[in-house]
Amino acid sequence: MRNFFLATYLSYKEIQRNRGRFLLVGLVIALITLLVLFIAGLGEGLGSGNRQYLSRLDAELIVYLARTDYLIPSSRLDRSTVRKVERVDGVEAAGNVATSNTAILLPGNEVLKVSLIGVELGKPGDPPVIEGKPISSDQAREVVVDRNAALRSGIQVGDEITIRSVQGTKDEFYTLQVVGIVDGQSYSLVPSIFVPYFTWDRVRPKSEAEVNRPSSTVNIVVVKLQDPKQAEAVAQQLEAQISNIEVADINKAIQNVPGYSAQQGTINTQGVFTLLIGVLVIGGFFQIQILQKVPQIGVLKAIGASNGVVGAAAVIQIVMVTIFGVAVGGLLTFLLSLSFPPTVPIAFNGTTSAIAVAALLLIGPAGGLVSVIYAVRIEPLKALRLG
Amino acid sequence: MSIVALEVKSVVKTFAGDSGPIYAVNDVSFSVQPGEFVALVGPSGSGKTTMLSVLAALLSPTSGQVLIDGVDLAQMNEAERVALRREKIGFTFQANNLIPYLSARENVEFMLRLNSRFDRVGRVRAEELLARLGLVDRLSNLPSQMSGGQQQRVAIARALIHNPTLVLADEPTASLDTERAFQVVQTFAALIHENQRAGIMVTHDLRMCQYVDRVLQMRDGRLVHIYESHEEILALARGV
Repeated sequence: MRNFFLATYLSYKEIQRNRGRFLLVGLVIALITLLVLFIAGLGEGLGSGNRQYLSRLDAELIVYLARTDYLIPSSRLDRSTVRKVERVDGVEAAGNVATSNTAILLPGNEVLKVSLIGVELGKPGDPPVIEGKPISSDQAREVVVDRNAALRSGIQVGDEITIRSVQGTKDEFYTLQVVGIVDGQSYSLVPSIFVPYFTWDRVRPKSEAEVNRPSSTVNIVVVKLQDPKQAEAVAQQLEAQISNIEVADINKAIQNVPGYSAQQGTINTQGVFTLLIGVLVIGGFFQIQILQKVPQIGVLKAIGASNGVVGAAAVIQIVMVTIFGVAVGGLLTFLLSLSFPPTVPIAFNGTTSAIAVAALLLIGPAGGLVSVIYAVRIEPLKALRLG
Repeated sequence: MSIVALEVKSVVKTFAGDSGPIYAVNDVSFSVQPGEFVALVGPSGSGKTTMLSVLAALLSPTSGQVLIDGVDLAQMNEAERVALRREKIGFTFQANNLIPYLSARENVEFMLRLNSRFDRVGRVRAEELLARLGLVDRLSNLPSQMSGGQQQRVAIARALIHNPTLVLADEPTASLDTERAFQVVQTFAALIHENQRAGIMVTHDLRMCQYVDRVLQMRDGRLVHIYESHEEILALARGV
């Protein structure tokens, strides 16, 4: 404990008397923190934009058409498949989900691109309403919009929205009544709006051949289990009992969203390389500093400071500067994030940010490790010009 | 308690050379009493600094014994040597003497902190010692804000503040002009005598020997002459 207090005293005094130098390296760490947190936020924002609807499903499994590589847009299941799914042991409920893209017309000729998702009311896949009320019937010309869409467009419960949909080769416009708002449910990097399946089939974009022909297919069936722990066993039973399907759990479904894995891999690589650059920058700074202090450390050891004091002083100094830099960087990130419009796909998730901050707090000691070892190995004879 | 502060018995220190061992210190014996100030002189390469390093427990002798307060350094492990340097030895060096980010007072107090003896009394004692050395108006100055002579005086205060048995000074005047050098050594000698510490000063400047009680002259690692009488020492210091 005595060594710790002595080391803290030395570290504090050195920082206090060399404020400019340590402020500079602290600000470098702050900028690295800003960069890492933004990369993490961007990764979270983009990932969330891709997976939010899937990750918030109150379900464990998703059924696809066989050999579609778990790609939702490629999967086409007969609408009656859901009834077969419901009959399999262990399945509590199942719901059809159909997806397509459309655009909401906003005042001033603005458009908001959205995912148009058709669901079975009250079944898995139909998200819970957090404001307003659920859609009243299977045929209603009603819509619930996700909070992201509401934030970006100013849409409120009770408004009417017009969506533009290409029918064959013509633009058609449909008016829907907004009855509720659901939590963020982005899918395919755009906000989502939810309509009953039959409404979806009427208003979705169609090819010339599909116009005036009701669809008999959905993209996927979302499955809620009686016991979520049995997911793997129920998935096997589903594939055994229903022909021409493949089943994935939610995590696998997310990983197979087009571009999701590649996008997250790229973002994570950027984050890791930024951390590595941080390690090198901090390591370089402290190594140069230790090299400049060799005679001084020699004197410290000659007059009776132990390796413990010298090593702990170096570590404490690195930790102090790193904490300062990360705190300033975190504050800067927070302040800057307040100025971003909702269209910028940045989201700060508590766990991801905590992991990023922990990694940032580790890069200081990791970068300074070599300099600490070097400091501990300096011979006290350096004080007498013999070392 | 031993009346001999430092006892050196037949100390040999060799280093490996291309054609066999090099004798940096060769069969040196002497002792120093409390309150006695001794100069270790000799030309470059005579073994002075190596001898000082052995006395400071920074180097282990190849053979022979070094006893401080009757305790043999050879019987100590590294942690005990560190503790010995902290508790029983005071140092001043030729250069880079002070911790650059501590003020004059903090540099002196640091020895007390190292020995877990820093308190209000210690703080007052550090101030008194610095005042005694003419640095009362420099207490809060950093080393970079002081002259070389002032820095050496702070180093002397640091070397004495914890009441060590032995005070070692390595070329304390090397970076000072003549007038400052005389002032520093004179003050050093006075404090050694007042505080009844055993002091050893390595110097190449024989003029500084006029303030010491005994001069040990080394050449080629051997102790070749001991000047003990005041007349002899003054003659050496004056280059007669």
